[in-house]
Amino acid sequence: MCLAVLGKLISKQREIGEVDIEGNVLTINLQLTPDVDIGDFVLIHAGFSIERLMETEVFDILKLQRQSAW
Amino acid sequence: MVNDSNFSHQNYVKNIIEYINELAVEPLTIMEVCGTHTMAIAQYGLRQLLPPTLTLVSGPGCPVCVTTTHDIDNIIFLAAQPNTVIATFGDMMKVPGTSSTLEQAKALGSDIRIVYSILDALALAKANSMKNIVFLGVGFETTLPTAAVALEKAVLEQINNFYLYSVYKAVPPVLKYLLKEPNQKINAFLLPGHVSTIIGASQFKFLADTYGCPSVITGFETVDILEGILLILKQHKQQKVKVEIQYNRAVKAEGNKKALAYINQYFRLVEGIWRGIGKIPLSSYVLEKKYSQWDAQVQFKLPNTTIDEKSCTCSAIIKGQKTPYECELFGSKCTPTHPQGPCMISQEGSCAAYYYVYSNNPGRY
Repeated sequence: MCLAVLGKLISKQREIGEVDIEGNVLTINLQLTPDVDIGDFVLIHAGFSIERLMETEVFDILKLQRQSAW
Repeated sequence: MVNDSNFSHQNYVKNIIEYINELAVEPLTIMEVCGTHTMAIAQYGLRQLLPPTLTLVSGPGCPVCVTTTHDIDNIIFLAAQPNTVIATFGDMMKVPGTSSTLEQAKALGSDIRIVYSILDALALAKANSMKNIVFLGVGFETTLPTAAVALEKAVLEQINNFYLYSVYKAVPPVLKYLLKEPNQKINAFLLPGHVSTIIGASQFKFLADTYGCPSVITGFETVDILEGILLILKQHKQQKVKVEIQYNRAVKAEGNKKALAYINQYFRLVEGIWRGIGKIPLSSYVLEKKYSQWDAQVQFKLPNTTIDEKSCTCSAIIKGQKTPYECELFGSKCTPTHPQGPCMISQEGSCAAYYYVYSNNPGRY
């Protein structure tokens, strides 16, 4: 239920953003993280970004996710 | 940036497990509070990697599982009213009420829609102004601020045919409740990562300060969970009990201040009833009175059914006092397609997570 996924913010228009989640583009609401910028990695839950993530650690975890999938 | 040459997942996991084995000399029971952790631990087979001194028990962190039959009955009742549409997350469809589920009510003709976000329910209300749209809001603090944003929109845009039926619950009070239980066996907590993203580490400080429980806010990957266990063992060995953040890529001590402000503006805490547990003080979120125009529990006359959630046989499992394998119904009369109790209902319930391992790897335990 508290699942969240990582996505990269690729567009932002007021409170609406588009995120790239490993190639899939999803429209989300940014009102809980108003300071995010295009290029940031965000944590997405139920159609909202709930936090901006540190980029280096995001890369680490994306890599781990891919390895887990093997 | 990741440097492939110094980052090896497999070796890192082996090293952590060796370190865990070194430190886990005394028996220790660790509760993973979050249902997503329970599922990850089952999927990754982490129990098999840990020394026998460590016991992982699943906690009450599946909000679907702890939603009462009373609330399900009320929503099924509302769904049967004319010009009424129920919107909710897919997880809720199979949860048994007293005599039916939302899935069965939908099959019998009620208009029940599965949505991905509460904003989808709000859009339904805008597009269907002659109908009442009731969103069954379920979740912990991770999900709660999304409801607050939707309510802000409903208020600003005067969407008066949108209603929230709130069964949102708070995590810190249930942990306090569990630690006060007689004969409780919990020594430490793996705390929920995404709840903590919103409320921050500081709201769990009482676990260390009052109850002396090592506690680590943990992410959801294999390495995250093993690191969380390792940090608990280090705290235990050094006798320096605190609330630590392993999941620091997403969690701050103070949480998400914007989200907390939204929660505080639109919701207040009242005594809540948790399926399988019973009454817990200040553990359920309801709408602030000034927004009662959008509160389904205030605006609709609902059946006054008796609530007796204490009798549920899953109670000991939700409290971490028994494992699903100790239930005689597990895997026979109680399965994910025919759940008898709350722990089997959601994919993230303790019994459903154990069933996932049990059915895919018979004899593994």
